[in-house]
Amino acid sequence: MPAEKKVGAQTVAFAKPPVVSATAAIAGAKEGQGPLADTFDKVIDDPYCGEDSWERAERRLLQEALEMALKKAGLKPRDVDYLLAGDLLNQIISANFAARALAIPFIGLYGACSTIYEGLAVGAMLIDGGFAEKVLVGSSSHYATAEKQFRFPTEQGVQRTPTAQWTVTGAGALILTATGTGPRVTHATIGRVVDLGAGDPYNMGAAMAPAAADTMVHHFTDTRRRVADYDLLLTGDLGFYGKTLLEELMRSYGHDIAERHNDCGILIFDRENQDVHAGGSGCGCPATVTCGLIMRRLRERKLNRVLGVGTGALLSPLTTGQGETIPTVGHAVVLES
Amino acid sequence: MRQNAKRAFDPGKPLEMQKQAYKKMVKKVSPKPPVIRNSIWAFAVGGFICAVGQAFLTLFQGLGLSTLDAGTATAIVLVFIAAFLTGLGLYDEIARFAGAGTIVPITGFANAMVAPALEGRTEGIVMGVGARLFSVAGPILVLGITAAWLVGILYYFLGPRTP
Repeated sequence: MPAEKKVGAQTVAFAKPPVVSATAAIAGAKEGQGPLADTFDKVIDDPYCGEDSWERAERRLLQEALEMALKKAGLKPRDVDYLLAGDLLNQIISANFAARALAIPFIGLYGACSTIYEGLAVGAMLIDGGFAEKVLVGSSSHYATAEKQFRFPTEQGVQRTPTAQWTVTGAGALILTATGTGPRVTHATIGRVVDLGAGDPYNMGAAMAPAAADTMVHHFTDTRRRVADYDLLLTGDLGFYGKTLLEELMRSYGHDIAERHNDCGILIFDRENQDVHAGGSGCGCPATVTCGLIMRRLRERKLNRVLGVGTGALLSPLTTGQGETIPTVGHAVVLES
Repeated sequence: MRQNAKRAFDPGKPLEMQKQAYKKMVKKVSPKPPVIRNSIWAFAVGGFICAVGQAFLTLFQGLGLSTLDAGTATAIVLVFIAAFLTGLGLYDEIARFAGAGTIVPITGFANAMVAPALEGRTEGIVMGVGARLFSVAGPILVLGITAAWLVGILYYFLGPRTP
């Protein structure tokens, strides 16, 4: 017997759609000079955030975003049933250490840059399943910690390729509740891990576009919906070339998404003036754009139904060194105003 | 779905064929690095660094050092300047444009040692700075010395005999 709330192969439809009752988005200096500056709750200009290491700085960003979301919802940590969080660093240290400070029952997530969407999906399942009343979800990334772990030391002189993306410094957090007012999460489509053979870690958009396409296509099939049913199809961090590739892939599946598709990695920076090559990336990219701009537009009812697809490249420097291609995943949720 | 036949990518095909088709799509969409612009930058900045080196060499020779000693002193000065600029966070800003022009000269080697050491600082002096110092430069040293050793052996057996 199929599960009660499962629709099709990969999608769940929530019986009582959980509500996003509060959000917080904190960004770094470069993001604060970008076109979305006024959608962030706070911009921290100091890349160290007053700490003495990049890792502590990222942890602070995440913790501040989580605390801000709690404060906006008028909640104390003990009022929350679960904290779902994750980031890009080994052993998701930013999330683990922020969770240590907050002392909320914690479920660590790793979906690379898709983590905030993975958290939205799992959090909404916990609530609609009757296992929680209130769930706190958060995710973060920091340019320097990501460069250090995945690429080169930040001060090393390297020339970036045109397809390289710029890791966003920032954190997003949101409170999901069973009741209340705010945008609602009506569906979630959990992605499969997809790998179409892209292996260039400086072209993440190309690696992740097939995962976004796979999840979107399954979402449309499972829900029997079409592109036109959504005001916006938002992907996490495909960047400029990944966006083009996704649109082309979707055409080959029979969906023309170009007119309604946008990408957080494109929205967050001004490509002409900010020297970010193919756009933004990192957990903080979809997290800050979704918790900032997108939630605001949904609250203002300028957007009514959004399909958000967080995209994650599930590689490590070790696998790249061993010549493996990049497995990727896309997790989708439907947000309604 | 008939239109799919004309498209480059066909999701109905086996995975291996999808991978081939996708590889072509990615190649078509992704721009190539601007090789000519990068080369001009590399030539100009790399040449400038070498000219600065020559200026120091001439200066040190003028101050009375032998050619060998002046060369050593020049290398010390260039390495210091590169390490200093790395510490100030400027070397990578120049390298973004200059590319190979800042990597190939001895200054690039200094940068490749100082940059990881700076990041290792938070993990302490021994396992942080000490161990990380060679994390980028290590392979260059190992392979560079191995190559020099091989060439030396070949030269010993095959090179011209000194009388």
